[in-house]
Amino acid sequence: MTKKQKKTLRRILLAAALTLCAALLLSAVSLPWYGQLAVWLVPYLVIGYDVLYKALLGIKNGEVFDENFLMAVATVGAMACGEYGEGVAVMLFYQVGELFQSYAVGKSRRSISELMDIRPDSANLEQADGSVQAVDPDEVPVGAVIVVRPGEKVPIDGVVASGESTLNTAALTGESRPRAVRPGDGVISGCVNEDGLLRITTTKLYGESTVAKILDLVENSSLKKAKVENFITKFARWYTPAVCLAALVLALLPPLVLGGGWGVWVLRALTFLVISCPCALVISIPLTFFGGIGGASRCGILVKGGNYLEALAHTGVAAFDKTGTLTRGVFEVTRVSPAPGVDRDDLLQTAALAESYSSHPISKSLREACPGLDARRASDAQEIAGQGVRALVDGRTVLAGNARLMEAEHIAYTPDEDGGSVVYVARDGAFLGSILISDEEKPTARAAVQDLRAQGVRTVMLTGDSPAVAQQVAGRLGIDEVHAGLLPADKVRQVETLLAQKPADAMLAFAGDGINDAPVLMRADIGIAMGALGSDAAIEAADVVLMDDDPAKIGLAMRVARKCMRIVYQNIVFALGIKALFLILSAVGVANMWWAVFADVGVMVLAVLNATRMLNVRAYQKQ
Amino acid sequence: MQKKFKIEVDCANCAAKIETAVRNIPGVRNASVSFMAQKMLLDADDERFQDILQQAVRAAKKVEPDFEIEL
Repeated sequence: MTKKQKKTLRRILLAAALTLCAALLLSAVSLPWYGQLAVWLVPYLVIGYDVLYKALLGIKNGEVFDENFLMAVATVGAMACGEYGEGVAVMLFYQVGELFQSYAVGKSRRSISELMDIRPDSANLEQADGSVQAVDPDEVPVGAVIVVRPGEKVPIDGVVASGESTLNTAALTGESRPRAVRPGDGVISGCVNEDGLLRITTTKLYGESTVAKILDLVENSSLKKAKVENFITKFARWYTPAVCLAALVLALLPPLVLGGGWGVWVLRALTFLVISCPCALVISIPLTFFGGIGGASRCGILVKGGNYLEALAHTGVAAFDKTGTLTRGVFEVTRVSPAPGVDRDDLLQTAALAESYSSHPISKSLREACPGLDARRASDAQEIAGQGVRALVDGRTVLAGNARLMEAEHIAYTPDEDGGSVVYVARDGAFLGSILISDEEKPTARAAVQDLRAQGVRTVMLTGDSPAVAQQVAGRLGIDEVHAGLLPADKVRQVETLLAQKPADAMLAFAGDGINDAPVLMRADIGIAMGALGSDAAIEAADVVLMDDDPAKIGLAMRVARKCMRIVYQNIVFALGIKALFLILSAVGVANMWWAVFADVGVMVLAVLNATRMLNVRAYQKQ
Repeated sequence: MQKKFKIEVDCANCAAKIETAVRNIPGVRNASVSFMAQKMLLDADDERFQDILQQAVRAAKKVEPDFEIEL
């Protein structure tokens, strides 16, 4: 508890004790009405002086209608009607509710900052004489050397100067994927150094480092409010005056019509005021969004505002870039097609050996497909520009390259028209077969697409790749619609067409790598940048930032968003429903002021507790 | 110019009141007060920014005397 909260708690306890004393005193001795009032005023002023003061201040500022005004009028009115005990009790319970609310909010704030526990407390700056001194990360200049010991967080982005270790990105991405680093490798702040001691040359100031950017993004996200949040604020602005007016009518009209019975109707009107307090909504809805954004960031999903969380919950179309988003963007051997009578391994090994001296990415993927080969088996390698290589493998002439090479050498080959890069291999003039090398889908890509489709989202692939490759990948992943051969500008146009086609209440999300797709990310309703760890451009351009490159996080983000909206609507319906019920009950005289204050505080407590469910990160990670 | 400030407000409704009050200051393009994050965003004309900021702080303190801001 903070100092302010402790002070309020002491006031509540004191006022409760005084109330008890007053009740006992008045049951023992009988006093005239002014004596009773004087006794009750002691606990009333102890507990309610600030509410009265704020109500007066509001009237002075022309901002009359708020909860302080409601409470002040209701309790002063109750005292004026001779209901001294009720007046004090209502104020007491109101303050208990406020204290609970402030405690719950403070607790959520703390648990969010614990979830985002990536802020470094200090940096170990290496001095000119080699000694190490702990300083504020803000004070470390670019190009300085900092020391990160095992178990410590990397405080500032930089490059490893010396030392080897494993870094854990769990705090940033939500998943533990240790990454080995050695001198010369770039390191991102926020990672935890697991084993070895690292000396890091900083390449950025702390304020420009990944960790500072992420914290800034999460902290500022609540400034971009969701529509429903702004709606509640506006709603509270006309709701409170409306209820006050209704209370006035309730106090005046029935006695005028029925003639007399003023006391009963005035009390009912005051009860009305107590129930009408909109605090449950005003606090629980921002709290839900705050919890949703905080919980999502713990899963490695940074949402830049409540408005984007709201949009995510209504996603109707999800468009994807292909390379680097659904596929790994790394080329691998995906199919080996030996000619009749040729052994598969023989074909692959021959090709890998022939290409073993080449540095081309395709050669690399061939070598990776059959590890442990003895490169000495190949010799006299000769690159034929734009065609491939000729080399001696185990003393026999091998050709490996594209169709042009086969034609130039007059080799009878079987063309492979499938998408991707095809390497044709021939040995001693005889065709051995072909090897298809293509970009591999991410292991979670299919599940991610299916997850989105199960959530009723139409999936679209936008790619610059050839139609054949695109169709194939889309078929394997189960994507609904493909647009291939697009230049970056075509992608924007295609997204505009999709935006025009979709129903107005469905949102279009576009997921891309954030570097080449910036214009598309901006044009879509929700721009999702993937693999943003270490890419400032992506963090800038997108509305939702996935720290790692796992497409399954898109579906997860939507589930978090839906849960958030569900809690928001639950709270709106629940709070307004209960209030409406009690307003009717108090108007007809069934509910008295005691019911009213329990209804008001109870609804608020339940709504706040419901909102804090958003902080339970494990619940949606499990799904 | 857009700038964010760390602030202290006690209740969600006070934050909403401050937001409305600051938005009504001439020259303010946008203002947002987050009770949860205890932050205020002020977007106002560049040349008059300091002046507008002073007015915003005054307006905020008027509707909510407990309002604190880190400048």
